[in-house]
Amino acid sequence: MPGVLFFAFFAVVPMVLAFYLSFTKWNGLGDPQPVGLANWQKLIHDDRLTQSLTTTVLLTVVSWAFQTVVSLLLGVWAAGRQRNRAVLSAIFFVPFLLSSTAISLLFYALLDPNFGIIRKDTLGSTSGAFLAIVFVGGWQFIPFHTLIYQGGARQIPDVLHQAAAIDGAGRYRQFFSITLPQLRNTATTSSVLMIVGSLTYFETVLILTQGGPGTDTAILPYLMYEAGFKSYDFGYASAIASFLVVAATALSLILVKLTGFGAMRSTREGM
Amino acid sequence: MSHDTLPRPVKTANAPASAAPTRHRRHWTRRPNPLAGLGSVIWLAVVIVPIYAMISASLTRQDDALGANPLKPPTSPTLANYNTVLHNGFGHFLTNTVIVAAAVVALVLVLCVPLAYVAVRTRNVFSSAAFRLFLLGVAIPAQAVVVPLYLMIAKLNLYDSLLAVILPTAAFAMPVSVLILTGTLRDISEELYEAMALDGASATRMLFQLVIPLAKGGISTVVIYAALQAWNGFLFPLIFTQSDGPRVLTLGLFNYVSQFGVNIPALLASVVLSGIPIFAVYLVARRALIGGLMGVGGK
Repeated sequence: MPGVLFFAFFAVVPMVLAFYLSFTKWNGLGDPQPVGLANWQKLIHDDRLTQSLTTTVLLTVVSWAFQTVVSLLLGVWAAGRQRNRAVLSAIFFVPFLLSSTAISLLFYALLDPNFGIIRKDTLGSTSGAFLAIVFVGGWQFIPFHTLIYQGGARQIPDVLHQAAAIDGAGRYRQFFSITLPQLRNTATTSSVLMIVGSLTYFETVLILTQGGPGTDTAILPYLMYEAGFKSYDFGYASAIASFLVVAATALSLILVKLTGFGAMRSTREGM
Repeated sequence: MSHDTLPRPVKTANAPASAAPTRHRRHWTRRPNPLAGLGSVIWLAVVIVPIYAMISASLTRQDDALGANPLKPPTSPTLANYNTVLHNGFGHFLTNTVIVAAAVVALVLVLCVPLAYVAVRTRNVFSSAAFRLFLLGVAIPAQAVVVPLYLMIAKLNLYDSLLAVILPTAAFAMPVSVLILTGTLRDISEELYEAMALDGASATRMLFQLVIPLAKGGISTVVIYAALQAWNGFLFPLIFTQSDGPRVLTLGLFNYVSQFGVNIPALLASVVLSGIPIFAVYLVARRALIGGLMGVGGK
């Protein structure tokens, strides 16, 4: 199967190679020289790694909470069929059409202290820069996740709500007792995509804050980029990358277990 | 307002097996919900204000922009900023992006459709191992392999070419594409395969005459997904290209930051311009686009 070979060559081989490179010293020219555990020792004693890891986890969790709450509410609301909802949903989707780069540039301009909407050095303060990244990420991806929840909400059988209405359950009671539990699987899918996706906030960080102020928003991928493509210490960058692979693979294994994605059966069984 | 003017329920990627849409449903949401209405209006502002500020600023002369309130409409609108951007390689960057997107979509389809077909139809150690490989692949962050890929691309003499962007972008679009396609193909009923097998159809013929026509929903979702990946791509072009020749739009935009410096109106004009092509696609193919993406998670 050529597909498997192609994927293996461009995704799996590099992963193994990254692990190998983490035991070498390489400045991008010539050939990598083996240096044993030096990069890993440096990694363990690097304060920036601890800080970066904390930032990455915090960014993921806060972004997840923000995006899930907003897109769940918007998605359930948009699953109704009035005309204004269709029009509004169409407008809500527009941010997703811009690339991450374009969106980062847009907010880079709008947050400029001399030019922008907020005349404060938002990106110059730690919390401001962090919240800006969370907001910009949400602005871009909430449309997509709204769509996912909208799709999920439309598949909830109507009879459930009708039965509840007959039993006298109000709108909010119905939301918490029927809609929310029925959206369980949708929420898992959306969350998986959000968590994996938040590892790719690299562009946003690079353009909005360059990891700053100081190193306060340097998430792991950004730290790796700096070590490799700014300091030309590719061995060390590979050590960070290998760490990232291990973390991401562990995360993925957990999520696959939780979601049952791996089971070879139709997702429509029993519907 | 008659029901016929309302948007029809969008089919998911699993369309073949989905039940016929019922009319007159959702009457439980028909009463106005003030809280939800308010929330949606707030989000409307969150979406529209930055877009409005961007368009308005991109029409403002640079001298007027500094210190002015970006929410006020420009006093003397000008297209000069757009002119500046168009004369700084914008068309070239856009062409490159379109080439990359088309190549990535083609590669992903050619590789993933047969793969999903085999993964669904055959039950052996190899196919399930391959499927698991792709499941894991969903979580491999591109950032994690960019250094070794850089080494490999350099050794293959592909550095600073469009291929250096196309090949890894396609590879990283594959895991999710395979997942979407296997999801669709699993819903094709066993009887159809058996019927075709009885007629003496080969595996290849089944692929082209049964699987591909019935998996249209999944295939169009994959097309959209892969095209968006290519459209959005930043890291691979940033690291695998250097000269202006193979530079794609996202990098072109990124370069404008240093090129235009404090000329924020020109910068925003470039962002607006970059949005126009895909917005045009959105207007034409809105239903397919949204329906396809809804299928990604709507199960």
